Amino acid sequence: MSVAKVGTRTDFPAEPPEHPTAPYLRMERIPHVWCPGCGIGTVVQCYATALGRSGVDLDKASVVSGIGCSGRAAGYLKLDGFHTTHGRAIPFATGLKLGRPELQVTVFSGDGDLTGIGGNHFIHAARRNMDLLVILINNFIYGMTGGQNAPTTPLSARSSTMPFGNFEPPFNVPHLAASSGAAYVARWTCLHIRRLTWTLEEAIQRRGFRLVEVIAPCPTLYSRLNKLGTGLDGMSFYHDNAVIRHGADTRELAIDFQKGIVCGKFVDEEKPTFSELMDEHYGRVLGEKYVPMPASGGWQHG
Amino acid sequence: MQYWRTPLDAARMTGAHGDVVIIADRCKGCGFCVEYCPLDVLVMSREFNRKGYHPPAVVKSGGCVNCNLCEMICPEFAIFSVARPPEAELQRAAAEGGP
Ligand code: SF4
Ligand code: SF4
Repeated sequence: MSVAKVGTRTDFPAEPPEHPTAPYLRMERIPHVWCPGCGIGTVVQCYATALGRSGVDLDKASVVSGIGCSGRAAGYLKLDGFHTTHGRAIPFATGLKLGRPELQVTVFSGDGDLTGIGGNHFIHAARRNMDLLVILINNFIYGMTGGQNAPTTPLSARSSTMPFGNFEPPFNVPHLAASSGAAYVARWTCLHIRRLTWTLEEAIQRRGFRLVEVIAPCPTLYSRLNKLGTGLDGMSFYHDNAVIRHGADTRELAIDFQKGIVCGKFVDEEKPTFSELMDEHYGRVLGEKYVPMPASGGWQHG
Repeated sequence: MQYWRTPLDAARMTGAHGDVVIIADRCKGCGFCVEYCPLDVLVMSREFNRKGYHPPAVVKSGGCVNCNLCEMICPEFAIFSVARPPEAELQRAAAEGGP
């Protein structure tokens, strides 16, 4: 039995031409699972571009994510990656960085995973100035699990567990990171593709705990529950309401429901990382007895 | 492009031009590329792709300046621009009765 094709097109190209970002992606897994109009794919595109421009050896770059829509990124990027349990991307990445100090470790995950389930790991990695680049995609809700209230859901916004509007004050994520001790803190929306790419490129070159928060539309849950329209409506909201204030006081970066979003780079400091402090301290206290971890790892790689 | 006089550096300078490549079957029809193309080169087509979405189509061939914006903003890795080689650009200019 032959089944008629939906639609009228018959000239489907056999082999689509190669996208310039294809070398950074596991193309056999594309198309990805993200919904039409979701901003996560754009952030992956910007990260892959920044990684390409930074000239980092791709064999020495790795990406770790937790659970959630954004957490799928680790599976699509063609780098050594790990999709950890919910909230545990930062502890896994910490172990990876300490065990193989030469790696450029990026944590790519969502607001619910990093500041909710894994909130404690987030503040302590920032406090220790762990050498990680954290890309936190904030769409104000738990997407994959069904639109539950997240620690970032703005006051009065609806979620599936707050059908009458949220009354819990949300986290101001850049302030949380900066006040815990992060060395680099920036925020963009996924409409700011150029600036986001430059920032990621710069953050890849920096050391210490680097947080780049990216506001992204979630048309399927956040926008639908709040009647905010499609992903494109989300983008045009950012276009009209995002303001750029580099160096702004992080206390003033809280996001209110459908109000202005302050973007920019807020913190960029050079300070000793966890590994440097540890090496310095044990080198002083233990002297010859202390053997720092070699760049390529411990006994298995030695 | 029409000039009211030939620019003094016309022989040395070439504007950037590009061609848009659309991988139609990967598109999910979000419309980001169409909305944000600075030169309005794209429109949403009325055709369906294999998944039932409307992919974009090029309406202003030759209008693309190879800025890569569609490539960067597309969440689906479904569109990109490539620089148009200079000879092709000269032929196009000649066909338009250019300088
Ligand atoms: S549920 Fe929301 S965050 Fe998840 S893929 Fe869909 S739009 Fe994106
Ligand atoms: S941005 Fe990409 S997915 Fe969206 S309409 Fe354009 S080609 Fe399709």
